[in-house]
Amino acid sequence: MKIKVLAFGIARDIMNATIVEAMIDGEATVAALKKQLETTYPKLHDLSSYMVAVNNEYALPDVVLQPGDEVAIIPPVSGG
Amino acid sequence: MIDIQLHYAPIDIAACINKVMSPETGGIDVFIGTVRNSTKGKKVLRLEFEAYETMAVKEMTKIAAEIFRRWPTQKVLIHHRTGIMNIGEVPVVIAVAAAHRAAAFDACRYAIDTLKQTVPIWKKEVFEDGEVWVAAHP
Repeated sequence: MKIKVLAFGIARDIMNATIVEAMIDGEATVAALKKQLETTYPKLHDLSSYMVAVNNEYALPDVVLQPGDEVAIIPPVSGG
Repeated sequence: MIDIQLHYAPIDIAACINKVMSPETGGIDVFIGTVRNSTKGKKVLRLEFEAYETMAVKEMTKIAAEIFRRWPTQKVLIHHRTGIMNIGEVPVVIAVAAAHRAAAFDACRYAIDTLKQTVPIWKKEVFEDGEVWVAAHP
């Protein structure tokens, strides 16, 4: 399944785009997406951590992505 | 009352405080975040904020809802600005109104502490010799 991913902050810098596409073979879980992105963008490993948001909610690794979901990479937040 | 907003221009602090005033309120606790001129001894030129807007509003609304669940409070306002901000400018204003001050103090502190942990907003510190996304790296 092809998934569009929004990127913010340092994730946008690492991916050099505000939206990237990831192709996931097999079950499209959040964990599978992270693995795929880390293969394409190894610098994601350098971050303290990062989360994936699905439809504007933080998503656990076992969440299965559905077509049409809004998916985003959330690097460590630093508002305030 | 919950009042959550993202701003793209300077936040009107007096207007924020006015919004949480009411005759039932005995005290208002206000947190105003300001851009500091240095970090770890290094001169900061400006900050550049960016938000995942829809989710940021959602997460800030959750903070306000949790405040009402935990403390006897009447009004919660959280306004955050994005974009480029210079030293002394105000990225965030939080105002909590309650009948009694203890709840207002506790809830306001909870709001800023939680915002810094959960709300998808990012800031980049710009120095004379480079720039850094705050908290991105270990």
